[in-house]
Amino acid sequence: MTTSMFGAPVARREDPRLVTGNGRFLDDLGHDALAAAFVRSPHAHARIVDIDVTDALDVDGLVGIWTHEDLPGRVGEPLPLLIPHPTLTHGRTAYALAKDEVNHVGEPIVLVIARDRYVAEDVAQLIRVEYDFLTPVVGIEMARDATDLVHDDVPDNVSAHMFQEVGDVDAAMAAAPRTLELDLSIERSACMPMEGKGVYARWDDENGELRLYSSTQTSTGVRAAVAAKLDLPLAKVECIAPDVGGGFGVKINHPWPEEVLIPWAARLLDQPVKWVEDRREHFTSSAHERGQLQTVKVGFDDEGRILALDVKLWHDNGAYTPYGIIVPIITSTQLLGPYKPGAYRVEFWSLYTNTVLVTPYRGAGRPQGCFAMERTVDAIADELGLDRTEVRSRNFILPSEMPYDHGLLFQDGRPLRYDSGDFPASLDKLKALVGWDDFAAYRAEAEAAGRKVGLGIGCYVEGTGVGPYEGGHIQVETSGRVNVSTGLTSQGQGHETVFAQIVANELGVPIEDVHVTTGDTRRMPYAVGTFASRAAVMSGNAIALAARTVRAKALRIAADALEVSADDLEIVDGDIRVKGAPGTHMSLGTVSVMSNPLRYAFDEAAKAATQFAGSNDPSKPPVADDDEPGLEGKDFYSPTQATFANGMHAAIVETDPVTAEIRILRYCVVHDCGPMINPMIVEGQVHGGVAQGVGGALYERMVYDESGQLLNASFMDFLMPYASEVPVIETDHLETPSPLNPLGIKGAGEAGCIPVSAVIASAIEDAEGFPIRSMPISPVELWELRQRHAAGDWPSLRRPRHTSSSPTDTQEDR
Amino acid sequence: MSEPVAEELLDVTITVNGVPHHARVPARRLLSDFLRHDLGLTGTHVGCEHGVCGACTVLVDDEPMRSCLMFAVTAQAHRITTVEGLGTIDAMRPVQRAFTECHGLQCGFCTPGFVTTITAYLEENPDPTAEEAREAISGNLCRCTGYQNIVKSVLRAAELRRKEANDQ
Ligand code: FES
Ligand code: FES
Repeated sequence: MTTSMFGAPVARREDPRLVTGNGRFLDDLGHDALAAAFVRSPHAHARIVDIDVTDALDVDGLVGIWTHEDLPGRVGEPLPLLIPHPTLTHGRTAYALAKDEVNHVGEPIVLVIARDRYVAEDVAQLIRVEYDFLTPVVGIEMARDATDLVHDDVPDNVSAHMFQEVGDVDAAMAAAPRTLELDLSIERSACMPMEGKGVYARWDDENGELRLYSSTQTSTGVRAAVAAKLDLPLAKVECIAPDVGGGFGVKINHPWPEEVLIPWAARLLDQPVKWVEDRREHFTSSAHERGQLQTVKVGFDDEGRILALDVKLWHDNGAYTPYGIIVPIITSTQLLGPYKPGAYRVEFWSLYTNTVLVTPYRGAGRPQGCFAMERTVDAIADELGLDRTEVRSRNFILPSEMPYDHGLLFQDGRPLRYDSGDFPASLDKLKALVGWDDFAAYRAEAEAAGRKVGLGIGCYVEGTGVGPYEGGHIQVETSGRVNVSTGLTSQGQGHETVFAQIVANELGVPIEDVHVTTGDTRRMPYAVGTFASRAAVMSGNAIALAARTVRAKALRIAADALEVSADDLEIVDGDIRVKGAPGTHMSLGTVSVMSNPLRYAFDEAAKAATQFAGSNDPSKPPVADDDEPGLEGKDFYSPTQATFANGMHAAIVETDPVTAEIRILRYCVVHDCGPMINPMIVEGQVHGGVAQGVGGALYERMVYDESGQLLNASFMDFLMPYASEVPVIETDHLETPSPLNPLGIKGAGEAGCIPVSAVIASAIEDAEGFPIRSMPISPVELWELRQRHAAGDWPSLRRPRHTSSSPTDTQEDR
Repeated sequence: MSEPVAEELLDVTITVNGVPHHARVPARRLLSDFLRHDLGLTGTHVGCEHGVCGACTVLVDDEPMRSCLMFAVTAQAHRITTVEGLGTIDAMRPVQRAFTECHGLQCGFCTPGFVTTITAYLEENPDPTAEEAREAISGNLCRCTGYQNIVKSVLRAAELRRKEANDQ
């Protein structure tokens, strides 16, 4: 049983407690804590003239009110800029509480602490802030015009301007037989985990220690940031991520203002304090993503081979840039997907607007890049009257060309070099799964019945498992219980299960004996965080390496005791035994006892390790010079570069000829993340990603009016898909191993959502016969496009809407 | 400045998971907060506090209701069932077991609301089709799973219920 753990659809270890209401999420802790609430800016851009708290002071249960000028030392300084970059010449971050100026609706201005949240909000409502209004900069066009500025000292609203070129694009473009230009846009959306953020802090005055819980994707990051802000030694701060109700990126940014203020207040008041974000706060004061304008110019030959690709991106980074420019960097590099253009140039401007800041959301810039590239490839196919999969095939990087170096710098500052992947094989699988070559017949049938259907496709490559590192620590107790810890956090990816599977497999123990802790700085202080589909790759490999260390030590000790060679031993179900002679054996627990020479016997098992218990060699120290007591091991995994997963999706959509309602009839996914530790969990990740992608393609957008008010800041108005909107997802997998890491695995967390907007656009375009250049798309927008198309001011696709290259199809015309 | 006015407290008796609880609560205390913070039954989650996500769904006299839209005082004299009342780690009920078998959850934050909703649904519709199962869960939001495995869980739960009934 133990050897088959890796790759098995093992039931999740975390589920029994979660389905019975025994999870421990942030707001499930600290019922005795004081509650915090904030006065947040109702205006997008304004100077703060006065804050009047007079009326608020009367409220029963009020504990304290603080504004920026009350914040001492580093608590009052701007929040850190986490990921500096040489091209981020005008990075700006917010203050924990706004100082003089607010730059988006929702920016915190006043901190209120009271007996409970009800009272804290009563107080917040009675605080009056007087503002001097400034012109809000809303939308990418307005930011680009730069008539008005978000930050006075940031010219043209540009935080970063970046340029990368491989080959000579101008020359290649000039020489290309054909060229096309596309103007594209993608709307804003957001992670929207079902649990918002939250912070709970306890100050232990006797020991001068802070314990902090945060619904975060990086407890080590929060710990370090809070220690620095509060001027506490790192050793006096612990941060724990309890059960986290989804993250999808928004909880990787840190420290959020609340992560600084709540611990600060807890220490100041010497009382536990908690803040739990409500949904409206999450909409207006966490983070969004996606919004970009793009132009693409592409030069290609008559076979559809891309000779030159020239891309310009305008990225809306919101009011501040605490997370740097990771998102547009990823868009600009991962845009290339599985293709190898002759020459590539990309230039982006990251722009400030008076809106909520932008940090990675699942996919992290890739959906935008994939959209640009896939719209382009479809446009080439259309121009040439070629099958869309044929044009893709002709531009694929082939397995024989791996590893493939694009000559660009990736988001981790390292070369964008694909390690493995078999794109032609993936495409074949996808075509078979969706029935690509039979679609013409299906369409003919549908059309005969008065229905409009279309087939779409999208391909992507995803750099996963970026460094710098993660660690794993494993300790075997004398009972045989195996404790595993890794520092990165979990938000539903099933880490307790997959890491246990790895350890069960490597160490040869029953999975029931393995207990995994994640995101607790008391257990593993060195870690980076959960983002970039990196947990399985980074922590998985670190834990595997640690398990191998423990295994080697266990075998060495057992070999000594059993007087055999370690090579002759195996571990089966937690029992170390001589291969072929299972009668000679000892349990891992016994080895654990022997590994720790004791003076005191605290239980039966411990007796065996005490100093008078057995024979010992008086000439040697109980613990050898190069050894440590205990059966434990620790290791870190730090790769030279990311490992690249890939996938291809296809969808069949139906558009209502009258109402322009858009329905996804089928959705097919072929996914290659290398060998899967737990295929059930990988599949779940794909489902969830696709659902978020469908939301982004058809429903979700952040509707800001011209004054910078977010008009749809509730679940009532921001249309997250329910079960009724998400199609059944059909999946198939390829498992191309990565040569880069011991387990050969690649990341899977973000994959599902990356190509969805591209795929749905492709399918709608195919159904309608005119190009789709902007996503998401609503029925109203599609209906309007139809009107424009009918009036002759929106172009037709040139290509016959066929999917196979049979000559009869090419005769069809729209 | 006037003296702070303390909030008026009202006496209530609310039966939760079969146990009557007497408490003094402010009129505006939400049932969700009462369950979570006054009784410590934190299995009921709050995802939007405006009635849309369904994470806070509890059974009020066996009917699914959103506890974020109810005041604790209005639960007076009603029977409330939370996810904690629908099974335990060691004795999971069919809906809960089905979720664990079908990978019907990821982060698990939405799950209690689904468990309560589906429990009530299967009571009335013991043998749904896949389409009906999807319809049945279409009032609850989940941001992690894409719902496919929740639909599966509904069908599996129906199966487990029938088995259970047969075994008895
Ligand atoms: S919390 Fe009650 S419906 Fe969302
Ligand atoms: S499992 Fe995370 S929201 Fe449903």
